[in-house]
Amino acid sequence: MAKRKTVAAAISAADAGEAPAGLEAGASVGLFVTCLVDLFRPSVGFAAVKLVEDQGGQVGVPKGQTCCGQPAFNSGDRATAREIAKQVIAAFEAYDHVVVPSGSCGGMIKTHYPELLADDPQWAPRADALSAKTHELVSFLYDVAGVRDCQARFDGTVTYHDSCSGLRELGIKRQPRHLLESAGVNIAEMKDSEVCCGFGGTFCVKYPDLSNAMVSKKAANIAATGAGTLLAGDMGCLMNMAGKLKREGIDIEVRHIAEILAGMTDEPAIAGSPDDHERDL
Amino acid sequence: MQITSPAFKANARQAMADADLQRALGNVERGFIEKRAKAVAKMPEFEELRDSARDIKNHTLAYLDLYLEAYETRVTEAGGKVHWAADAAEARNIILDICKSVEARRVTKGKSMISEEIELNPALEAAGHEVVETDLGEYIIQLRGEHPSHIIAPAVHVNKDQVEADFRRVHTNLPADRNLDEPETLLAEARGILREKFLSADVGITGANFLVAETGTSIIVTNEGNGDLTQILPRIHVVIASLEKIVPTLEDVSQILRVLARSATGQEFSVYTTLSTGPKHPGDPDGPEEYHVVLLDNGRSAMLGSEFEEMLRCIRCGACMNHCPVYHAVGGHAYGWVYPGPMGSVLTPSLVGVDKGGQLPNASTFCGRCESVCPMRIPLPKMMRHWREREFERHLSPATVRWGLGAWAFAAKRPRLYQFVTGLAARGMALAARNKGRFGWLPLAGGWTKYRDLPAPQGQTFQQMWAKRSRRA
Ligand code: SF4
Repeated sequence: MAKRKTVAAAISAADAGEAPAGLEAGASVGLFVTCLVDLFRPSVGFAAVKLVEDQGGQVGVPKGQTCCGQPAFNSGDRATAREIAKQVIAAFEAYDHVVVPSGSCGGMIKTHYPELLADDPQWAPRADALSAKTHELVSFLYDVAGVRDCQARFDGTVTYHDSCSGLRELGIKRQPRHLLESAGVNIAEMKDSEVCCGFGGTFCVKYPDLSNAMVSKKAANIAATGAGTLLAGDMGCLMNMAGKLKREGIDIEVRHIAEILAGMTDEPAIAGSPDDHERDL
Repeated sequence: MQITSPAFKANARQAMADADLQRALGNVERGFIEKRAKAVAKMPEFEELRDSARDIKNHTLAYLDLYLEAYETRVTEAGGKVHWAADAAEARNIILDICKSVEARRVTKGKSMISEEIELNPALEAAGHEVVETDLGEYIIQLRGEHPSHIIAPAVHVNKDQVEADFRRVHTNLPADRNLDEPETLLAEARGILREKFLSADVGITGANFLVAETGTSIIVTNEGNGDLTQILPRIHVVIASLEKIVPTLEDVSQILRVLARSATGQEFSVYTTLSTGPKHPGDPDGPEEYHVVLLDNGRSAMLGSEFEEMLRCIRCGACMNHCPVYHAVGGHAYGWVYPGPMGSVLTPSLVGVDKGGQLPNASTFCGRCESVCPMRIPLPKMMRHWREREFERHLSPATVRWGLGAWAFAAKRPRLYQFVTGLAARGMALAARNKGRFGWLPLAGGWTKYRDLPAPQGQTFQQMWAKRSRRA
């Protein structure tokens, strides 16, 4: 209960317009890279590192991390999910904060680890402690580090997809929009930005037809905004939407929001080719 | 009703290729959601009401046996009779006996999902009774020989022009050149036909939204008033309801009613909220001579005390399916049994077994939109996950899934091995994609690449690059 209050208090303070004071000097911040950023898009990890370091955080990246365990958890394999949860807890509990560039993996650590380990007297308090100091990246910047003005600049119109776990498990909605606007970004809201893109982890390959129905609607809503860039905070959703937009020949750059906020947009966009990029230059 | 839930994938594909169905589903996606949002926005205390609705039901479930006994006592005192039915067959037999006892010719029915669950109509018809559904949506699907595709809007899968065609096909004694362009004219035609059925029915069967332990009252909420005529005009009124419809007091009902209509249709209150307590009493102007309540268990008591107990809080408002992107894509029939959408994905395996219903809780992205609108705060995704756990424990999940998951888990629990393998994969895939940045096809990734490109990795893993940066530092 205690941890809920701190989050709620931080959020209501933010609502009242006062930004949190900022990171304590020399705070150590463990980066939970996430398996998709690690394998597919390390540049998002480096953008996250830059954003945290800009706030004075000392970033560490424990080698003992692989994945948050969601594939096992959502496939009903609780035993494996618990083992992986313990591995993550052990790797990260020494840090002052843990930052995750994904609402889905962040939600896993923050809301599901305590539930997974609730009946384990040894691990339950450790899961609770990790939960309390774990934050999705954008929420960390806004709700913990008190960032209100983004240093980077980005000209252009973007549309933002609210990934389900970030939105519904972690209450991330206003934070990315505020930070993007402070970077000079024009946001063209898509219809149904809060509706699932159809990724759903293993869902997208177990039920490809259904997943396709969902991402097709999403792609149409994205295209209808006329925005040049699509942003979100979760690699899974981004890869799904980028893959669909490419397949449909819709020419929109897809990026993780961290890349824009950190001003690190040199890498080709997701599913984009280095060749496209050279053409643009 | 044959259960086709195991064929969910094939059902879903068929539904997505059905142009009429897709046209009709647009209404769910637009109408219901907007109306609910408006109604909720107008009510500042809505979230508190959800909490209190949840608490009322939790309390009721904790003392369900006591409240059920109290309810039976009150019904009996009011001159009615409670029949306990352990399963669908018992419930059918009880109702058939009642109909037989009065040599019923015609039976009218209000909307009831329990009636679907126990497959009442075919049983009544086989016994020689004429069955007339009086809810407009139910009437339409009865004409079409279909089952409801939504728990509060049974004919939501049918378009207006299809209804018109059905009416012309069945109501052959009406002028062929009549105008049926407007929904109102369709409604008026159905009304005219039903009116005469109401007056000549021997038994009226309704469901119940609530059963009140304090007073022995059954309550239905409707928008057409058909429920009232069904239960007041015939000599016999039979209520069929499942155990968990019990609520302790009228005061409790009045709280839950405040979230029900808003969540369901976006109305502040349904047009009719009808309370009935026992048969006609001396001095009453109207009412049935006999009043029966058939209380159905059919698997629910086994949910008590299990990880699915919270599902028994459901008040069948339909908000979860109205907001479900999977339901929007395939409609209700694809789910293959009585209850569709997120609530059906939890309830179906509970009532027919996970071996038959197991596909349903798997067909979810866990986007959580259902839980975010459920007035009873039922954690639907969590319970779907519990079904996946039961499947996994019983080795019901497909072998390929188990094998793939096992191999992945083996590596995920060994960070050094994992980082070695992902390092190779990042490099190999990036090379294979050459400079295209994506794959149009990849071995073993057909589920993905059938419909979308797969973005290629950048070439090295974050861990590899971070190790280099750390060495430099
Ligand atoms: S699960 Fe919740 S939202 Fe769905 S029908 Fe039941 S009460 Fe309504």
